[in-house]
Amino acid sequence: MNALELDGLGKRYGSKWALRDCTLEVPAGTVTALVGPNGAGKTTLLQLAVGLTRPSAGSVGVLGLSPQRDARELLPRVGFVAQEHPLHRGFTIAEMLRLGRELNPRWDDALARERIERLELARGQRVGKLSGGQQAQVALTLALAKRPELLLLDEPVASLDPLARREFLTMLMEAVSEGGITVVLSSHILADLERVCDHLVILSHAQTQLAGPIDDVVASHRVLTAPRTDPATVARVHQVIRESHTERQTTLLVRANGHVYDACWEIHPVDLEEIVLAYLGYAPAPLLREAVAG
Amino acid sequence: MIEFHLESRSGVPTYLQLVQQVRQAVRLGILSPGDQLPTVKEVVSSLAINPNTVLRAYRELDLEGVVDGRRGVGTFVREQPPPLSADAVKRLRAELTRWAAEARAAGLDADAMAALFGDVVRTPAARRVA
Repeated sequence: MNALELDGLGKRYGSKWALRDCTLEVPAGTVTALVGPNGAGKTTLLQLAVGLTRPSAGSVGVLGLSPQRDARELLPRVGFVAQEHPLHRGFTIAEMLRLGRELNPRWDDALARERIERLELARGQRVGKLSGGQQAQVALTLALAKRPELLLLDEPVASLDPLARREFLTMLMEAVSEGGITVVLSSHILADLERVCDHLVILSHAQTQLAGPIDDVVASHRVLTAPRTDPATVARVHQVIRESHTERQTTLLVRANGHVYDACWEIHPVDLEEIVLAYLGYAPAPLLREAVAG
Repeated sequence: MIEFHLESRSGVPTYLQLVQQVRQAVRLGILSPGDQLPTVKEVVSSLAINPNTVLRAYRELDLEGVVDGRRGVGTFVREQPPPLSADAVKRLRAELTRWAAEARAAGLDADAMAALFGDVVRTPAARRVA
């Protein structure tokens, strides 16, 4: 079963598409990273999924329901933490928990209290006085205590230092290991994604560039190097994502269609960050030596 | 009990890193038959990694016969089969030598052969036959 299904989904603001022709499936129980530069459409996609905004084209299915038509049934089952972890800054932690309890029919008060205790936070503390890391943890606690089947997190770790980031992700992964939850998180920070997420969606220029299980993505991409050559023969079999040349050498990042057997090329594994950067259109700067020579 | 570590920039998928570390620990005798692997929750808490990744690694090890996953109980290292007899190794080696000569004649170099060999060994059909 899919927790989230987008079919030709698009959102236009005026004449500008914030998201265009987006078709993808997020299988239940997975943790999906939504990766792309600022302005790529990540927030728009999440807002469409939670029903905060209406599609201009295509459709969204969340847990088999429509965020527009079935909002009443769906909202208690979906958690959403917007950027900057919006909390009522004047409230104490106890008041935030009470608000959660009053507003959410599936609220798990024991879970909320246990997590706040583990964070070693006093219930009387005002939310506005907490550190950024602690606010993120409280926001996540509130979202998890809803017992959501789908949890959407918009840039949850962008503002956190490495320690707070690790603590936040540990808490999130522990929740996932208890089962029954699908997570989609957007991020422009690539570090940590490979260990935390099992699926990846790369967005840029309002469009999906790549979507799939991370292990498959990493396993199917290779860097090929050879003495300077025309990559046309490789391109007939494999998808060339990025090519660069010096006067002596050609380097390709390819999405391999099966194994690469061609003895002309040296084949190297490539890490996720490099793959994502290639899809986002990042090309290494040409060597200065070559620029001088050329 | 063993502790896992991850190299995030190695280009080796996370689940495979876990698989390799268990295989290695068994080979080196750090893990003995009957030893329990850390629970999924324990691995998740110590490495902040996706539980599905740990499950996949343990499933892979189970398929390979390295461990035995008992639902609701834990994952335990199995009794390992005795190493191959010298005769069997000799015979397999001779067959492989013949194959390598043929592959070389067909224009494959060492890396291409290794890639092809690895591909064959890892396909599910080969695993079923083995």
